[in-house]
Amino acid sequence: MMLFEQSPLFIVLLPITAALLCPLLSKLKKKLGSYVVMAALFGAMLSAFTTLSRTLNDGGSKVHYWMGNWPAPIGIEFVVDPLNSLVLCMITVLAFLISIYSIPFLKDEEWLVYGGYYSLYALLTVGLCGMVATGDLFNMYVFLEVMSIAGYGLIALGGKKSMLAAFRYLLIGTIGASFYLLGTAFIYSLTGSLNMADIAVRITPFYSTPLFAMACACFLVAFGIKMALFPLHGWQPDSYTFAHPGAIGFIAGCMSKVPAYAMIRVFFYVFGVNNPVVEHLLNVLGVLGIAGILIGSVMALAQYDFRRMLAYSSVAQLGYIAIGLAMGNMYGFIGAVLHLINHAFMKACLFLVVGGLTYRYGEINLYRLGGLNNKMPISTIAIILAVLSMVGIPPTAGFFSKWYLLLGAYEGAQYIYIVVLVVSSLLNALYFFRIIEQMFVEKEATLTEIHKPETKFGLPVTMIIPIATTGLSILILGIYSTDIVSRIIKLGLPEVFVR
Amino acid sequence: MEVLNEFLATKGIYTLIMILFFLGVYGMVLSKNYMKKLMAMNVMQVAVIFLYLCFSQKEGAMIPILVPGNVDPASYINPLPQALMLTAIVVSMGTTGVAIALLLRIKESFGSIEEGEVLRRASK
Repeated sequence: MMLFEQSPLFIVLLPITAALLCPLLSKLKKKLGSYVVMAALFGAMLSAFTTLSRTLNDGGSKVHYWMGNWPAPIGIEFVVDPLNSLVLCMITVLAFLISIYSIPFLKDEEWLVYGGYYSLYALLTVGLCGMVATGDLFNMYVFLEVMSIAGYGLIALGGKKSMLAAFRYLLIGTIGASFYLLGTAFIYSLTGSLNMADIAVRITPFYSTPLFAMACACFLVAFGIKMALFPLHGWQPDSYTFAHPGAIGFIAGCMSKVPAYAMIRVFFYVFGVNNPVVEHLLNVLGVLGIAGILIGSVMALAQYDFRRMLAYSSVAQLGYIAIGLAMGNMYGFIGAVLHLINHAFMKACLFLVVGGLTYRYGEINLYRLGGLNNKMPISTIAIILAVLSMVGIPPTAGFFSKWYLLLGAYEGAQYIYIVVLVVSSLLNALYFFRIIEQMFVEKEATLTEIHKPETKFGLPVTMIIPIATTGLSILILGIYSTDIVSRIIKLGLPEVFVR
Repeated sequence: MEVLNEFLATKGIYTLIMILFFLGVYGMVLSKNYMKKLMAMNVMQVAVIFLYLCFSQKEGAMIPILVPGNVDPASYINPLPQALMLTAIVVSMGTTGVAIALLLRIKESFGSIEEGEVLRRASK
């Protein structure tokens, strides 16, 4: 019973303990550390689902967890409502699956790389989960940096060029973190508080002060850099191309979505959207979103490296989240949140298959995929599901989030968004159907195998299971999307939308 | 002169901090050497730390250590921003450490830390 009440804490506590023990255990026995990390991530996943069921059983009320039992405005608290426990479930499920997936990539490495990889991986999970669960602005900064530093390490593990990508991401990411800290400084000097719920109450008299506008701008730049919003996305293509192929599914799936969720948390739940500054800011977000969608899609068309294409498509997909938020009504918001979760699974699935290709052939040219359906059947099914979902064809998950975005644009009479959504779906179809065409129509490409296939599906079992699960979850998320929206997301909407 | 004095007394330090911050950003964007970029990054982080320390200052207050008998909050400086900045300094040290480790590896594999040179060798 005691453990049950501590469930929000365990989501963060288990991975961080495992992360700190992992290098030591790996020194004793190479694989021991990784098993501990996997067990911890599994435990975190169970805690996340426990927390979700706890909030839902209370009819969507918030679960507060006070660190060291210090009451809220003084101490640091974790606040879990239906919306962020859903995001926590998404992160922990992906973290657990991809920790299994990366075993074959590391099996020839020595203990230091083996233990270090899993240590960084668990720390990345800690940072992501902490950012989502925390109810304190400065605590969010600490988790943001934990996430970023672990992320730099995982990106740098990928090889020679990846160190360059990681270093440049480090410079840009630190600018983002500094802007976050500036924004926090302004909010703290206005309200004298760092607790989010407390700030939401105390900030109301200051809505028209210049300092509040300044703080909002700082937060927009900070989260924009971390989530790769259009003009600030420069770090993303290189990082995604050269990152460690085992971890890239998790990095691409979660590392840009969680700052987007943090932005939702700060602007919609702490500052509130019913004040002029945030309204202007949402307009800016909308324009950047539109530009990101169009330019990201066009750039994706121009790439011939599979991973680079997916990176630019990520820029476009984050544009969807941005315009969903910019609509400022209930359907737009639901669409943005649903797309955040769906896109994490779609991108993770695509990058897992790409990682599988890297593992077997060491080459990922988009124009040399012919005959993949014979060589790797399960990966082909997963990639087709993900592609259909990216384009937005029912009953895959991508269709439903786009549907809510269209509903939001229609309700807000913002028809420009409808035009952009339709045009970008067509562009998506252009660059994603190219993959399907390559696989089925082109004649078989001659590729040299680095690793011989261990099963008849072309990849080791530990890689097949995560690929199949993420592929299947795209279908499941699509089929149950109405349940997810009506039973979970609608319970956690910000107060302005609940009428 | 009155206006200038007034400005310097109230906003002068914040102006200097803003200049320092954007000097850091400017250095990160424009210098061609990765080590210089890293140093500019540290300048930027220090500017943020100064900002926190400056706005927590109070006229006529002393360091936040309890003097027996004096429980008036106006006579102590707010200790929270200093505690926060202790964390931020640790974080910035961690970031710098990771960055220097990466720089060492870049130097090892490309033989240079000049941006143009490294990019030229990486694209080969």
